Amino acid sequence: MISTNPQLNRSGELQHLLTTEGLPATILLEILDTAESFVGVTERDVKKIPLLRGKSVFNLFFEPSTRTRTTFEIAAKRLSADVHNLNIAASSQIKGETLLDTVNNLSAMYADMFVVRHLQSGAAHLIASHVQPDIHVINAGDGSHAHPTQALLDMFTIRRYKQDFQNLRVAIIGDILHSRVARSEIHALTTLGVPEVRVIAPKTLLPAKVERLGVHVYHDMAKGLKDVDVLMMLRLQNERMQSANLPSSEEYFKYYGLTQEKLSLAQHDAIVMHPGPLNRGVEIDSAVADGKQSVILPQVTFGIAVRMAVMSILAGN
Amino acid sequence: MKIHIKNGRLVDPTNGIDAVNDIFIAAGKILAIGDAPDNFHANRVIDAESLVVCPGLVDLSVRLREPGHEYMATLESEMGAAVAGGITSLACPPDTDPPLDEPGLVEMLKHRAKNLNLAHVYPIGALTQGLRGERLTEMAELSDAGCIVFGQSDVPLTNLRTMMQAMRYAATFGFSVWLRPQEASLTNDGVAHDGEIATRLGLPTIPVCAETIALSNIILLTRETGVHVHLCRLSTLDGIELVRAARQQGLSITCDVAINHLHLSEMDIGFFDSNCHLMPPLRGMSDRDALRNGLLEGTIDAVCSDHAPVDEDAKLLPFGQSEIGATGVELLLPLTLKWGIEMRIPLITVLAKITAAPARILGIDAGHLSLGAAADLCIFDAEQYWRVVTSAIKSQGKNTPFLGMELPGKIKYTLVNGQIVYED
Repeated sequence: MISTNPQLNRSGELQHLLTTEGLPATILLEILDTAESFVGVTERDVKKIPLLRGKSVFNLFFEPSTRTRTTFEIAAKRLSADVHNLNIAASSQIKGETLLDTVNNLSAMYADMFVVRHLQSGAAHLIASHVQPDIHVINAGDGSHAHPTQALLDMFTIRRYKQDFQNLRVAIIGDILHSRVARSEIHALTTLGVPEVRVIAPKTLLPAKVERLGVHVYHDMAKGLKDVDVLMMLRLQNERMQSANLPSSEEYFKYYGLTQEKLSLAQHDAIVMHPGPLNRGVEIDSAVADGKQSVILPQVTFGIAVRMAVMSILAGN
Repeated sequence: MKIHIKNGRLVDPTNGIDAVNDIFIAAGKILAIGDAPDNFHANRVIDAESLVVCPGLVDLSVRLREPGHEYMATLESEMGAAVAGGITSLACPPDTDPPLDEPGLVEMLKHRAKNLNLAHVYPIGALTQGLRGERLTEMAELSDAGCIVFGQSDVPLTNLRTMMQAMRYAATFGFSVWLRPQEASLTNDGVAHDGEIATRLGLPTIPVCAETIALSNIILLTRETGVHVHLCRLSTLDGIELVRAARQQGLSITCDVAINHLHLSEMDIGFFDSNCHLMPPLRGMSDRDALRNGLLEGTIDAVCSDHAPVDEDAKLLPFGQSEIGATGVELLLPLTLKWGIEMRIPLITVLAKITAAPARILGIDAGHLSLGAAADLCIFDAEQYWRVVTSAIKSQGKNTPFLGMELPGKIKYTLVNGQIVYED
């Protein structure tokens, strides 16, 4: 049976951040506006504010990650929280402890917030539906399902460079099928009123009925990139070549890799984004990744402010 | 024990009876219907006023979890749940541990079931040794031990030559082969229908063609070997059309659908509800509607509970890691009634799908109220709705997508061989 949106509390405020799907634009904008106020903090000499003082944030990473875990850690520390990093892939899961047992044990250590990454879609939902009501869960990536803070920092970046969302053409390029980032970006973009969201990929890397998410589907970069304002590249995992999704990274690069030449088909002031880590020469050419239209490094910087915003809003609700 | 059931609404699809009448039982058999036989002195009179009296239900797929999976459920718990659901005959798939692939195991299971003195148990013998899909089992020996049909349960039979030879061998002895059509190489780690919901939730998928390609192979091999095939738990519109065409060509094929698939679709997964982690996966709305219509027009013969009690903890995992299955024996009648009410079908036609039709598929003398037949009966209140809550479920498995729902049909009595084995 379909239940109510599990990430909102009874007052309609954000209780957990699990996915960008189903969140009202007001909440997404509140996060972006709050993040805007934190950008200044990250640029100060003393980079700490006491909003989460005395709170315990547990980073539960059931799947390896460097960048996301680090930015969450920095964000929590800048809010003065106590941060505990658990690399669970290497410990209790191997000993046979279940996901909920792990979470219950940590809850008993007075956790206030869990930041969760897991290789299974729905893991963060499961945790959120079983924790005490005063604990908040942030999904830092679950399987192919969602990666909402990545999508939010992408929205933040777009707004920084393009001011508003109402007149944009945005293209998401690459492995949509396996990408939690793409799903979260699509929901955030459509909720924020972007009139045209495109996905560009070979048919083997697109999920069934993807157009039902509100996107236009392209298989040809030349057509898909025409007049686009924002290009959101996706990382291509090497295992896609082993599982008959693609013949080779070379052919992928030739047809779907972003080069200066293909980029020139987009608007002259288009920005290029990528959630990292980059596969140079596979989905993106170095000249583009390091070029003047690239905003890949600012994305990382904004990621800290956005994660601070999410944590502070959750802690206040 | 002589029992007089009076004033009940007798519904017997096989004999075309739907009328208020009395029924008299003695020595485990139906002795008379209508007037009391001479000198009949009942030990027990059951007042069935405003209740339905029908043949005991026959369920084509009930996992009893014994041997090997007793932590999920036991023979005792599940047989008790079955009779509480009005089921008097059930077929159990061979996917136990070890699988039902040798006569000793089957004899043991039959023996243990018989001692419980509840429903009749019909083990489905493993078609291949260890269900590994390589070597044939001793089907004739297994038949002597009590298996009446043979199948692979949910374990794929990937080698088509093995499948063909297994069918030929079964046909030699007149055994029917039960298969659930799902091509393994198109399934992989899939857990959900390849549709909008899996796309939203980022779940690995099982496309419709996993069913239709397997069905095409099975249908062609049925033609090749002349065996009777029973197809377990269809899930797709395209699959039903293949079956309809095959039956029109005169092939000896029957099929069933599970209660869950008759009512639910991928939409019911909602936010990763692991109670909806079922196999085959819940599919699209058009598939669900085709199953409902296919059952009505007869391409699908019967409804089964696809009972698969699961340990509570095994469902408290992310969707893709959660155990497959749902409890079902106590929901077989309510969910079949619900289908009938929604489709506006006469009760006698509805009950045929869980009595006469599955009995015919199993090849057993059950599912009817003929004079002299074993007194396997189910007495229920068709008008009474009850809420599906864990405390109301007798099965050791408490997980079902229908938790919290109000469903029609409350079992009042179940009789097996003239003995009251369940009383509400």
